Order: sequence, then C-alpha cells, then structure tokens
Amino acid sequence: MTSSAVRRWAWIHKWSSLVCTLFMLLLCLTGLPLIYHHEIVHALGNDAAAEKVASGTPRASLDQVIAAGRAMYPNKIMMYMSQEADEPGIWNLTLGDHPLDPNYKPIAVDAHSARVLAEPAFEGGRFLSLMFHLHVDLYAGLPGKLFLGLMGLLLLVAIVSGVVLYAPFMRKLDFGTVRRSRARRLKWLDLHNLLGIVTLVWALVVGATGMINTWAEPLLKVWQVTEVAEMLRPYQGLAPAPATASVQLAVARAEAAEPGMKVGFVAFPGTPFSSPHHYGVFMRGDSALTARLYRPVLVDAQSGQVTDRRSLPWYLVALLMSQPLHFGDYGGGPMQFLWALFDVATIIVLGSGLYLWAGRARAARTIKADASVEAA
Amino acid sequence: VKLWAMPVLLGLLTAAGLAGALVGDGVWDTVAALALAVPVAVGAWHALRRGSGTKG
Repeated sequence: MTSSAVRRWAWIHKWSSLVCTLFMLLLCLTGLPLIYHHEIVHALGNDAAAEKVASGTPRASLDQVIAAGRAMYPNKIMMYMSQEADEPGIWNLTLGDHPLDPNYKPIAVDAHSARVLAEPAFEGGRFLSLMFHLHVDLYAGLPGKLFLGLMGLLLLVAIVSGVVLYAPFMRKLDFGTVRRSRARRLKWLDLHNLLGIVTLVWALVVGATGMINTWAEPLLKVWQVTEVAEMLRPYQGLAPAPATASVQLAVARAEAAEPGMKVGFVAFPGTPFSSPHHYGVFMRGDSALTARLYRPVLVDAQSGQVTDRRSLPWYLVALLMSQPLHFGDYGGGPMQFLWALFDVATIIVLGSGLYLWAGRARAARTIKADASVEAA
Repeated sequence: VKLWAMPVLLGLLTAAGLAGALVGDGVWDTVAALALAVPVAVGAWHALRRGSGTKG
C-alpha cells in the first residue's frame, strides 16, 4: 500500500471511530447486562413461574386466559399474547389503552389454570429498563434508534478501515505480538490490533445486526403498507369492527392451516403485526432455525375465519434472523458467556483506540510547540 | 500470506460458530461454542502472556 493510501485509510479510521466510540462504549457497557437479561430478571424475582401440573393436564382455553388478564384492567384492550418456546406453561399478555400503547401492562397467566400468575415488572425492572433504553433508543423513540443505527454504520466503517490498516502495522510483526518492553503506547497499539483482529467477525456481525434491528419499526411499516394492505383489499371501506371472534378458535384454525407449526404470538387488531380487522396469529416451527421464522396467519377478528397466510418478506426474515445474531441468545449458556467475553474485548479495543488517538494528539501538539519554539 | 493466515482462520471459525448454533440445537450448540471460543482464547493468550518476540 502506498503511504498516501495508508494516510487516507487512517483518516477514515480515525474519524469514523471518533464519532461513534463513546456511543459504542455505552452500547457495550449496557449490552453486557442485557446478555444476561433472563438471569437478572429471575435473580431479582421479577419473573413468573408456571403452576406445576401433571403431564397431560388440559390447557385452558385462550379466551379464558384473556378474560383473566382483562379482569385486571377492564378498561384496557389486548395488544399481544405470546409464549416462549421453552416455557409453554405461561401466556404473556400485554394490555394497553390503545393498540400502540408504549406504557402497556404485562400480565403472566398460567396456561393450564388460566389464573393470573404475576404482573411482571415493566421491562424487567428499573435497572434492566434503564440498560434497555440506553442500549436501544436513548429514551428518544424511533429517532434515537435510527441515530444509534447510524453510529452502528460508522462502527462498520471503522472496523473495515481498521482491517485495511492491520496490514501495514503488522507487516514486520508476528501474529499476536505485544511489545511490552518499549513505550506504553506501542503496547496499547499492539493490543488494539490484536483484539481488534480476533473480534473482527463477531463485531461485524453484532454491529450489522444491531443496525438492522434499529430499522424494525420502518420495516414493519413497509410490510403494513405493502403486503398487509394487499391482504386487506377485501375490507376496503369497512370500518374496523370490534373483535368478537374466539381467539381459541382463531388459533386452532391457524394451527390446522399450518400443520407442524405452533402459535408463537397473537397480535390483536390494530397492532403493527396485524390489521384493524384481524388477529395476526404468528406460527413458528420447532427446529432451531424455523422457531425464529414466523409465519403469519391472518384470522378475521369477527368471523374467526382464516383469510390469508403467507411467508414473511425477505426484509422481515432478515430482521428476525438479526435478533439472535445480535443478542447471542441462541446457543445456551456457553454462547452467552462467549458473547460477554467478546463484548469485553470490544470495550478494550474501543478504549485503547481512544487512548491512542488522545496520545497521538498530545504527541502532535508537543511537536508543533517545539517547532514554534525553534522558529521563534 | 503469513500475515493474514491467522486472522482468516479465526474469522472463519467465528463465522462457523455463529452460523452453526443457528442451524441446530444440542451438539450444534456445543461445536459452535468451541469454534467461537478459539478466537477468544487466542486473543486472551497473546494479550495476557508475558514477553513476546518481534521479527523486525
């Protein structure tokens, strides 16, 4: 590489990193507890446990489950009900004043007895809620998310330019060399290069999928105005009618329509995952891969009939696949722990980068001062 | 070639680990975790060991 090319890449690396580093440090620090979100919720006693039942105990009708939740808040409406793949004994209900209510009430209902188990703390409790918002939207809603997505893009630029610069810096060194006996700056430069290159692919994947996750709302909007609008054509001109159809029946019909799949969540009319006229019944498979790839079945919320079902478009598949790859929640405890270690290594790369830049600025000032003294 | 051999190897192991756990559960998760552990271990070993030589 010519020295002018190196200078150009160094300029790109410096500025893309400088702009995003403080935000990336924030994301790495807040992301660390979020990796252990479930464990922390459990340790704080903020989660619900299903009642113990003998195997073969019949499950309660979903309409009873919903009634139990609504009895807690008679003036609120259902937004979603969902079930985690590894906890089929609990239905997680969210109720709100309207279908987009950000201050929804979460309620855990036992899937067999239809008794309310708990009202889980909002967003996992005060600490996790703080970590979550600092990590996701800086308490600024969609603009905050998109801003962090832009910072993620700069991170990707910084990583790519950093890889380009790895060659000229490491040409004369063995892999993994850390020069400790010389200046402190050299040691941190070597550590920056070493940890940067070993975390390269992880950081690229987590950075890129994080950026995609910030686009969730716009992507759902696109789906709404294209595919959902198309599915709604028969309803043109009809005012939204109250949802009267049995959810139990709607889910049973959806399961009959998609053999081999089970319900993951139900989106109630008016939410971004359904339409004003439908229950959106989102089905999932039971393998590691298909459990993530939901298939929506739209059930008319008045007649209870399946009106449409189709695969999700590619951009929502990309969004759904981006979630596990960003969260690191798909490979059990060992993967969670590795996620935390990669995260800590990334913090060191960011911190050492900042240190090297600050040191360089100081070094440059000293040289300039010397030069002006000589000139005088 | 020598400069990039190790980074490319570690990058491929990371990619395989990230993708492998997505494909299946059980043994897939174990193999994926082992693949992901290699770059972490290599990074930690070089970062923490005392004294390392240079060519130049």
